Amino acid sequence: MPDTQPKVFENVPSPFCGIASDDLKIEVSGLKVRVIAGGDAVTRRGFEQPITDLFPRLSGRQASLEQATEEAARVLKDARLPVFSGFGTDVNETRAALSLIDRCRGVFDQSRAEAGLRNLLVLADSGWMTTTLAEVRNRVEVLVVFGVDIEASFPRFFERFVWPEATLFDEDTRQREVIFIGATPSGTAANAPDGRVPKVIPCEKESLPQVAAVLSALAGGARLQAETVAGIALSELQGVVDRLQSASYSVITWAASQLAFAHAELTVQQLCKTVVALNRDTRCAGLPLGGQDGDRTASQVSAWISGYPTRVSYARGYPEYDPYHFGAERLLESGEADVLVWVSSLSTSPPPVVDVPTIVIGRTGMTFEREPEVFIPVGVPGIDFQGHMYRCDNVVALPLYQLRESTLARAADVLAGIEARL
Amino acid sequence: MLTKLTGGKVYDPAHGINGEVRDIYIRDGRIIAHHHVDTVGPDQEFDCRGKVIMAGAIDMHTHIGGGKVTIARNLLPEDHRGDPVARSGPMRAGAGYVAPSTLTAGYRYAEMGYTAGFEPAVLPINARQAHMEMADTPLLDVGGYAMLGSDDFFLRLLSSGAEQEVINDYVAWTLHSSQCIGIKVVNPGGISAFKFNQRKLDLDEAHRYYGVTPRGILQSLARAVHELGVPHPLHVHGCNLGVPGNLDTTLNTIAGIEGLPMHLTHIQFHSYGTEGDRKFSSGAAQIAEAINKNPNITADVGQILFGQTVTASGDSMMQYANHTHAHPNKWVCMDIECDAGCGVVPFKYKDKNFVNALQWCIGLEIFLLVDDPWRIFLTTDHPNGAPFTTYPHLIRLLMDRSFRNDMLSTINVDSAALSTLASIEREYTLYEIAIMTRAGAARILGLHDRGHLGAGAAADITVYTEQDDKEAMFTRPDYVFKDGELVVRNGEVIKVVWGNLHTIRPEFDRASIESRLRPYFDRYHTMKMDNFIIRDWEIEGDGRSKIMVHPCRGQG
Repeated sequence: MPDTQPKVFENVPSPFCGIASDDLKIEVSGLKVRVIAGGDAVTRRGFEQPITDLFPRLSGRQASLEQATEEAARVLKDARLPVFSGFGTDVNETRAALSLIDRCRGVFDQSRAEAGLRNLLVLADSGWMTTTLAEVRNRVEVLVVFGVDIEASFPRFFERFVWPEATLFDEDTRQREVIFIGATPSGTAANAPDGRVPKVIPCEKESLPQVAAVLSALAGGARLQAETVAGIALSELQGVVDRLQSASYSVITWAASQLAFAHAELTVQQLCKTVVALNRDTRCAGLPLGGQDGDRTASQVSAWISGYPTRVSYARGYPEYDPYHFGAERLLESGEADVLVWVSSLSTSPPPVVDVPTIVIGRTGMTFEREPEVFIPVGVPGIDFQGHMYRCDNVVALPLYQLRESTLARAADVLAGIEARL
Repeated sequence: MLTKLTGGKVYDPAHGINGEVRDIYIRDGRIIAHHHVDTVGPDQEFDCRGKVIMAGAIDMHTHIGGGKVTIARNLLPEDHRGDPVARSGPMRAGAGYVAPSTLTAGYRYAEMGYTAGFEPAVLPINARQAHMEMADTPLLDVGGYAMLGSDDFFLRLLSSGAEQEVINDYVAWTLHSSQCIGIKVVNPGGISAFKFNQRKLDLDEAHRYYGVTPRGILQSLARAVHELGVPHPLHVHGCNLGVPGNLDTTLNTIAGIEGLPMHLTHIQFHSYGTEGDRKFSSGAAQIAEAINKNPNITADVGQILFGQTVTASGDSMMQYANHTHAHPNKWVCMDIECDAGCGVVPFKYKDKNFVNALQWCIGLEIFLLVDDPWRIFLTTDHPNGAPFTTYPHLIRLLMDRSFRNDMLSTINVDSAALSTLASIEREYTLYEIAIMTRAGAARILGLHDRGHLGAGAAADITVYTEQDDKEAMFTRPDYVFKDGELVVRNGEVIKVVWGNLHTIRPEFDRASIESRLRPYFDRYHTMKMDNFIIRDWEIEGDGRSKIMVHPCRGQG
């Protein structure tokens, strides 16, 4: 008999938002999960998604876990180049996936890799100076938000990190300045507690690379001939740089997922160069935002196990990294990949519709436009199982706790089961 | 099952055994005494006649896990492209070289006869990651030193004049919470000072915000470690790393600790004088003399060897200062969670470069001028001075004077001329190597059942064929046993097992310190105290690692 007495859990970490709020209060009645405090649109959606599928399916027909595992192994045995993507997973699940990928000479990609690479390419090309969320919370004097409406993706960012009541260094947080460049906040989260609104310097999205380049040039001490850039008076941007130079600790933040234009890594690089230039005389740091749905987790685990953060091919028996060639979408479109394995225990985002056999190890509740050849519904780390996840700053890994007793399989066990049958 | 290693020359300094021919018996992963062996023959016997037997080697300072190592991995894909490692036998695929994948690191350590490695810079806030990476390092026992000294909680305690007892509780709580075996301090207070835009912090210079000095920080932490009975002395990466003239800082640091036990890590980087036309000279003689005179001091060298590597350190202040030397020109500095920081700077040590060549000499001079091998440890501060795979080469430099002098003749001539290396006759013996890399390392960490071959010890054992070329000898052991299982044969991994996590758990007043910490986390941090603490299930949950708790002084 399932226990239907509601249970309440405190200080629950959320694996769904990249900032890993861990102050959630959650009520569980049987299989039903409800965020009763600390929730926002992202975490409520993540936690409250009901269990729908309990049994695996083979091309739409109900099957046992044993049958589904067997069939997945059979498909992989015959595969020439299986590509693995999705990857809203926790640490152990990513470990199991990489072990299987190594074994079957597949490719590891993430559905969010394109955004992650906008940062990773910069890291591997020039490096960066960055900070983490608690430093922001306690130190930031001026926050520049570049090209991103933070609260749309990270609803609690400002409440938790910009407007806390107290800081370690007795800074009056009400005096903090927020400057948006090339984005306008969709709500009021960025407003100071006294209602003061942030400074907004608007520009079109396509002008962001140019604006970033100008900020970097100005921070580096260059004198520019132009009087306006992307419709912004140069003096305005000079004013931003001057303010950053006079601040004792400033932060420039962006969310790579929202810089969705070609070669956005070059824009990120200009922001990073701006930060480095400012550090000649004062302190400034970058803060790349991201990490939703396990994006950072899978990338971190891949980096330490394979040596590379994402888009890693084991086709030749050893890991190779190619941010372009090993993109799942490209491999599927070109016909190089002949099986898609979609692993996602955190998110119900389904795989793309492709014309190769598709194996889905996915969160219960996932719905498909085309029923995959193999679907194994799994439970969620942080709800159904213990686990670990990374926050957007790549530093803090949080424990995830089991909140309910379900009969759902664990993705790590499913992946290991498939590997054992190869 | 009973296993017998027959007739090997045994080097077991913990028991004063220096190359005596002996048999060793193993049962259930442990070495057993001869009188416990039944008259029935062993189930398995290895003929070790003519071979050298030592305990498995222990690297007491190697950056094998944690945020900055993975930053280094992400910073240097070319490092991995240059050294792909294919799946082979029981080994999974991976990549070298200076910042290898965890799997490859474990295999390569084992193939050299190492059975334990200790990550020396575990940021408590990042300890989970360090443990997760170390857990993915096969064949190796692991442990970590938790970094304190630039974390705001400690600096607030110290600057507000908190009693030593409170600091002791906090240090103990940190060891428990981060599942570590020792305490490390990196550029005491300096990582925090850099966040306040201080660019250097001398031993007696005040932190701009807290007003405390590195000297005070060292005294407070060394006392805490000592009073808690933690076997490993405070592990110190001192002030002014890499700065010419830091020799004086290091000597003052030794004097300033007032007799408390202290371990000075990668001391080579802290032994520079300012003599000569180029204002850069060796301070090895003075440093070695100070170590020889002060029995409370131990050190590991942090030898540099020539070639490309990457420096990964918690010392964001000095790494920022050194970023102008980055090779290739890319680097990372981070401020981290009001806890610490890090800096990752790739570096190429060149044998014709005056400074690099002299650094090479300084490290070797220190090795050779410190008298007591129980107080000096063989490290390259992997990967900061060189990757750990260079250890056999380093051992040959120490054991073979003519080889050393041959190498000396190839480096920058001005550096060679300034160094006393050519005149030093000492050659390390196998017994001394066994002290530095086994018995001494286990003793300084408080690992009672490792680093020796006595009854009851874990059967972590390496068997070599004795050769004149010590580099060849230490590169390719004949056999390596991990907890009694044969894992390496002829320098190749034949079986993969998972290592243990070594920790200590000093006694302390949890309720008292948590009554301060809980509100601190709630008020200032971005995570809750209960989620900061690493529980045993996180380490042991997947059935690979086991936690081994070693006693502190005064415990069981």
